Amino acid sequence: MASRMEVLKSAVERVLGDKVVSAKIALGELTIVCKSVNVTEAMTTLRDHPELAFEQCIDVCGMDYSTYQDQPQDGPRFAVVYHLLSLTHNTRLRVRVFAEDDDFPVVPSVVEIWNTANWFEREAFDLFGIIFEGHPDLRRILTDYGFVGHPFRKDFPLSGHVEMRYDAAQQRVIYQPVTIEPREITPRIIREENYGG
Amino acid sequence: MADIRNYTLNFGPQHPAAHGVLRLVLELDGEVVQRADPHIGLLHRGTEKLAESKTYIQSLPYMDRLDYVSMMCNEHAYCLAIEKLAGIDVPERAQYIRVMFAEITRILNHLLWIGAHSIDIGAMTMFLYAFREREDLMDCYEAVSGARLHAAYFRPGGVYRDLPDSMPQYKASKIRNAKEIARLNETRKGSMLDFIEDFTNRFPACVDDYETLLTDNRIWKQRTVGIGVVTPERAKNLGMTGPMLRGSGIAWDLRKMQPYDVYDRMEFDIPVGVTGDCYDRYLVRVEEMRQSNRIIQQCVKWLKANPGPVITDNHKFAPPSREDMKSNMEELIHHFKLFTEGMHVPEGEAYAAVEHPKGEFGIYLVSDGANKPYRLKIRAPGYAHLASLDEMSRGHMIADVVAIIGTQDVVFGEIDR
Repeated sequence: MASRMEVLKSAVERVLGDKVVSAKIALGELTIVCKSVNVTEAMTTLRDHPELAFEQCIDVCGMDYSTYQDQPQDGPRFAVVYHLLSLTHNTRLRVRVFAEDDDFPVVPSVVEIWNTANWFEREAFDLFGIIFEGHPDLRRILTDYGFVGHPFRKDFPLSGHVEMRYDAAQQRVIYQPVTIEPREITPRIIREENYGG
Repeated sequence: MADIRNYTLNFGPQHPAAHGVLRLVLELDGEVVQRADPHIGLLHRGTEKLAESKTYIQSLPYMDRLDYVSMMCNEHAYCLAIEKLAGIDVPERAQYIRVMFAEITRILNHLLWIGAHSIDIGAMTMFLYAFREREDLMDCYEAVSGARLHAAYFRPGGVYRDLPDSMPQYKASKIRNAKEIARLNETRKGSMLDFIEDFTNRFPACVDDYETLLTDNRIWKQRTVGIGVVTPERAKNLGMTGPMLRGSGIAWDLRKMQPYDVYDRMEFDIPVGVTGDCYDRYLVRVEEMRQSNRIIQQCVKWLKANPGPVITDNHKFAPPSREDMKSNMEELIHHFKLFTEGMHVPEGEAYAAVEHPKGEFGIYLVSDGANKPYRLKIRAPGYAHLASLDEMSRGHMIADVVAIIGTQDVVFGEIDR
């Protein structure tokens, strides 16, 4: 298994050349990092090159690294993680692309390469506010019509900002600021190395 | 002369053929669909965000609620992701139990699908037949976990407990006489494995019954043959997986190609379609039920012969037994830490995918070393399938949209998450 990943790693590095910023094998999975300017080109190569042939884009996932390990982050805050699958070679590949600007994260769209990315990119836009340049129809998908904010960002509270209720006086459903207090039952803890032996 | 225009039709969110809460905005030219725009998210609960504020074990029951007709398969992917990241070894017996229940779940899912799909396009009887067999499998769920739907039975490192030695029996009641009860309890005399074995012996005949109702049925064929055709190239590009991909003629099954647990020891075949229409996908799913039945038979045979532990003895991830906990200081500490703080999964990221009844169900787990996931991404197969509804339904009649929604086997618990 490990040697197969090594072969894939060297093939990806050879074919993509300097478009790969870094490549790492962990837990039997290969992860490469690409620059956002090269995404369209690199992804097209990954799909079309006979040695790689990643015909399927299984998943596109937004990431917000702002509270990783409860440390102030060094490097970009937002990233998009693609999971690719090659049916021909029975291999998987993870591609991570960081959005360079934290305040206005933009990543090129891969909808033209894999049509399935359409809804996945809409989801990442909806939940993280990552803009996909070249997407044909970048609308919100999972949240409510007229929702404000991007709920999966780490600075968005779990209980949200507004709640919905029926107002008897106005005889309609209205939004109001949340009335519940957020509570944490089990605190989040990161143990230091070799904690407890 | 009257002015002829396209018009827009709103379908759902509350519509019996929408399989839940799907709102479709259809642009029609007469009765022909020009564009379908599904509006989803009406069942969005933010499972992935919730998981970030819960310990690993607390998030497990949320997995049942994703695709609420194939509960244990969702848990399976979640457990595999944690096991991969933490490097936990799963006892062999637990792996067999998981495979057996994953296949029971596949039959459960396909039975619901065949019932719902056929009722959508006018075959009432199928629903009742399918639910008759579902009842027996639900009883297995209940016997093993105490819940008929949301089992929370698979755990990181194994399964919650071993299979029970007896099946629950029907009790006397006002509406059933003693003879009737004796008949109902006939197959429930022995252990749970005996009950499942008996089920697997009966089930192929049941599938034959379904096929006599549908496979050569003229109306069924008129509604499904040539509807929603997907070519293999498009199926790949649209991210289709599972029966949707196999219906288009690509023999891809994660159970064979990237086997997890003990699937590599199982003997089964992968059915594939030829034309990629709704009828082919129907045939593929029916054959999958037969193949699942075969896998269950193999598991039952092995499980009867091989007792053993069903959860890992690594007490950083799985609780110790009550007896050990009460008699051993070390185990008491483990128990306390596990139930107050939860397990700590080492830093890293992992993607684990299972061959879910609907397609590839994946869990992408990112951990920063805490007792809660940093990010959990659920890759739901139905999400990619529903995204292709627009392309599949274009140029079809409005009644065919219902057939296409049915063949995609969408469940909103997993699509909206």
